[in-house]
Amino acid sequence: MTPAIRTVGVCGAGGTMGAGIAIVAARAGFATLCHDQSAAGLERAAQQSAGFFGKSVERGKMSAAERDAVLGRMTRTTALADLAACDLVIEAVFEDLQTKRALFGELDALCPPHTILASNTSTLSITEIAAGTKRPDRVVGMHFCLPAQLMKLIEMSPGLITSDATFQAAWAWTEACGQIPVRTQDKPGFILNALLVPFNNDAIRAVEAGVASPADIDTAIKSALGYKMGPLELIDLVGLDTQILLCEAFYPVTLDARAACPPLLRRMVAAGLLGRKSGRGFYTYAGDKMFGA
Amino acid sequence: MRYAVLQGGASRSFPDGDPFLAGAARPEAAEVVLHLGTRPVPDATRKAVLVELGTECLGVHTGEESGEEGSNVLGFARYRNGDDPPSRLVELVRQPRTLDGAIAAARAVFEGAGLTVVVCADQAGRIVDRLARPKYNAALRLLDEGLATAADMDTTCRLGLGYRDGPIERVVRGGLAYHHDVTRALFETYGTPGYAPARRAVVAAAREPR
Repeated sequence: MTPAIRTVGVCGAGGTMGAGIAIVAARAGFATLCHDQSAAGLERAAQQSAGFFGKSVERGKMSAAERDAVLGRMTRTTALADLAACDLVIEAVFEDLQTKRALFGELDALCPPHTILASNTSTLSITEIAAGTKRPDRVVGMHFCLPAQLMKLIEMSPGLITSDATFQAAWAWTEACGQIPVRTQDKPGFILNALLVPFNNDAIRAVEAGVASPADIDTAIKSALGYKMGPLELIDLVGLDTQILLCEAFYPVTLDARAACPPLLRRMVAAGLLGRKSGRGFYTYAGDKMFGA
Repeated sequence: MRYAVLQGGASRSFPDGDPFLAGAARPEAAEVVLHLGTRPVPDATRKAVLVELGTECLGVHTGEESGEEGSNVLGFARYRNGDDPPSRLVELVRQPRTLDGAIAAARAVFEGAGLTVVVCADQAGRIVDRLARPKYNAALRLLDEGLATAADMDTTCRLGLGYRDGPIERVVRGGLAYHHDVTRALFETYGTPGYAPARRAVVAAAREPR
């Protein structure tokens, strides 16, 4: 029997993803402990959360009293030990196996036996992360999409040792939050990134092979398939350096040639062409304007 | 830009009744000639000669000259997902020495009909099939491997990526046998595993009367 989830901890809550997950939890009525090593990050996230719910009031989605209640359910801490009272802890820390395993190892020692540990990893194995704990049966994958406070989808993945009761409790919690969970196996990239990362690489290779300009490739995909963004626009948005990290996470474990980092991508990153954040990637940006499309 | 249509059979780009066909001029009055299933004939008096392509390259119709090929003959295909109606997208296929004026004339014809035009090199799959078909193959393979149900894979792509439809529902709707034929042509050219027809497509092709 799994005790009811009442208190939720979010590790990495000073970051964009963690802050969004904390909003989801608090909005659904759960006492939410926001943890981050960076006090400044937590403060920044708190201001963003207040701004988010403030706009919800302006748009008539909630009353001022409801906003105050939600914000009152969110508390912040830089002390991991404060998460000892949580029934569910969701981590959204740096996407690195050792980092996540170490964190779960600490939480394993701090939290009571019933606490479920959930990882927001988008590329790593839930089973391998769970191996850093003495409770692999109570570890589950819970991959939110950015921005978590707006996107309903959650990819839910049991590790090899995850118990049915844990998975069902975590699944029920996501539904209680108004999210839409889908079940995937614990495989690299789950569904989203397993399909998206190679597809984006293929688009880069098409540029490199001289098939068409980035603008024509994006136009073709948007027009033919109805996608909101073309693959090269999307890579510019998430960052070319991030795409390399995704390739490096996928290729060694899948040996899928489509997941291997395209040479053009490495050359562009070496040249400082990182996408929107550097002002130039497959397109050139000046403020909000995009050139080359 | 006045265009004429020389039709030798059913066209995937412009099926019977398509308004584009009704807008065609008589051949002697046209600056651009479109071949829909007819054998293209070089004609330097036209601004452009356009050849509707299937899975083949333009070079099949024009011949090639070690990277120096190109004239006023272009290929084109209006993108269709198998049995779905044609999209608004026209992929215009050029060769290395294709005349700029011919590209401009072809673009004017299609854009004048309200279509969206992109220009691509004469490579197998052009843009969309080259990029989309390996993704559908991967989705079909992941379905076989039990990663998730078809419905959950489609839901994930619609909700997580904002796609209009998911990869499984799209490739099934377009026809798995059609997907097989397209990917087989791509695989013949590129030879990489991503283009090899997925098992479910092979099964569908084997079961479809030909």
